[in-house]
Amino acid sequence: MHVLREDHDDRDESAAASAAPRKLGRAIVITSGKGGVGKTTTTANVGTALARRGARVALIDADVGLRNLDIVLGLESRVKYHVLDVLEEKATLDDALVTDKHSENLVLLAAAQSREKDEVDTEKMVALVRALQERFDYVLIDCPAGIELGFKNAVAGAQEAIVVCTPEVSSVRDVDRVVGLLGNAFKPQLIINRLRPQLVKKGKMLSVEDVNGILHLPLLGVIADEPEIIVTTNKGEPLALRTEGETAHAYHAIAARIAGDDVPAPTVEVKEESFFGKIGSIFGGRRA
Amino acid sequence: MMEWVKRVFGAQNSSSTAKERLRLVLMTDHLALAPEIIENMKRDLVDVISRYVEVDREKVEVNFEREDRALAMLANIPIVSVNRPSPPPAPPTKPPEIKDEPPAVAKAAEAPPVRRRRRRKPPGATPVATPPKPAAANP
Repeated sequence: MHVLREDHDDRDESAAASAAPRKLGRAIVITSGKGGVGKTTTTANVGTALARRGARVALIDADVGLRNLDIVLGLESRVKYHVLDVLEEKATLDDALVTDKHSENLVLLAAAQSREKDEVDTEKMVALVRALQERFDYVLIDCPAGIELGFKNAVAGAQEAIVVCTPEVSSVRDVDRVVGLLGNAFKPQLIINRLRPQLVKKGKMLSVEDVNGILHLPLLGVIADEPEIIVTTNKGEPLALRTEGETAHAYHAIAARIAGDDVPAPTVEVKEESFFGKIGSIFGGRRA
Repeated sequence: MMEWVKRVFGAQNSSSTAKERLRLVLMTDHLALAPEIIENMKRDLVDVISRYVEVDREKVEVNFEREDRALAMLANIPIVSVNRPSPPPAPPTKPPEIKDEPPAVAKAAEAPPVRRRRRRKPPGATPVATPPKPAAANP
């Protein structure tokens, strides 16, 4: 965390004077092993939240063949070139970078849709990440599921890792495996995603303490399983764009922690069900 | 019946079941990911037992199994002979002992470095520790 804090101080200065020669940005891979735990949503929201703070952020969709980060960000219609076009020098980096609708600070490099993961040249990928690090404060790499070549290529250019874990046995096990593969060099930090506080309270879901009692990773944030995340994904407008709301704040806090700010420990509050909500569930229960 | 009682009174939450299962499966996963450690442990185990009985190194099997709430190591070590050819207890006399084993000539060739490495700790400590020990014992 000390390292992060030092970086942050430099970042603030460089963000203020963006024309000045900057130090290399931080390349962070967002990974999980298991699919469907919310890596892409996390990348979109954390990227949005970092850009909201004034940092210059590049997002790379490394899930070649299964492009998704563009649609989650609502940028699908603007993508002209993709990662492989740049790697194969069919397009320049500037041609391929898509600027976000909401923030000038945020750009996307989309994945190739009709190509295979094994077509990516690892060394060229590392060079690409490096080139982006020279221009941006943060390079977030959205890693594909699995631990095969796609994972290796996504990880190759990164120096840090964020692992996304849901409070499920399968996800925890896969994160454990991925962290083992990454080793300490990547300083992996944990985001617990899709936590349902009500279920945790009832003892029907692994708690934050349960999950991290097993993984023992620095906890970057906890994101509740909130219907609004689905709504924002539907619209292609990341939740982190909002200024209000518990989950939006949770993403902002994650961005602050990444930047090295001393933010209070992440928690998710158990909301008391409203009277009408209870009535509704009682009737719902009876009907079922 | 107990299951029914547990279910009715909610004695065990599914989250604690999940936690317990995870703890065990990760232990097994980590073991499976460290084959060289398992191999070393197996060798050391056989070395220790070989001090007392003659075992068939080739047929030694070490497995890990999960039982209800714990991980168990199951070792199957076939004993060839209960009578060791030479007196077993004194540690320094052991390297020659291995050479005495007629069936394990090839094995002895690969075994000594391991054995020495293993023993070097007690005797390795001994040569270094020997001068201080009498010195400490004398006054």
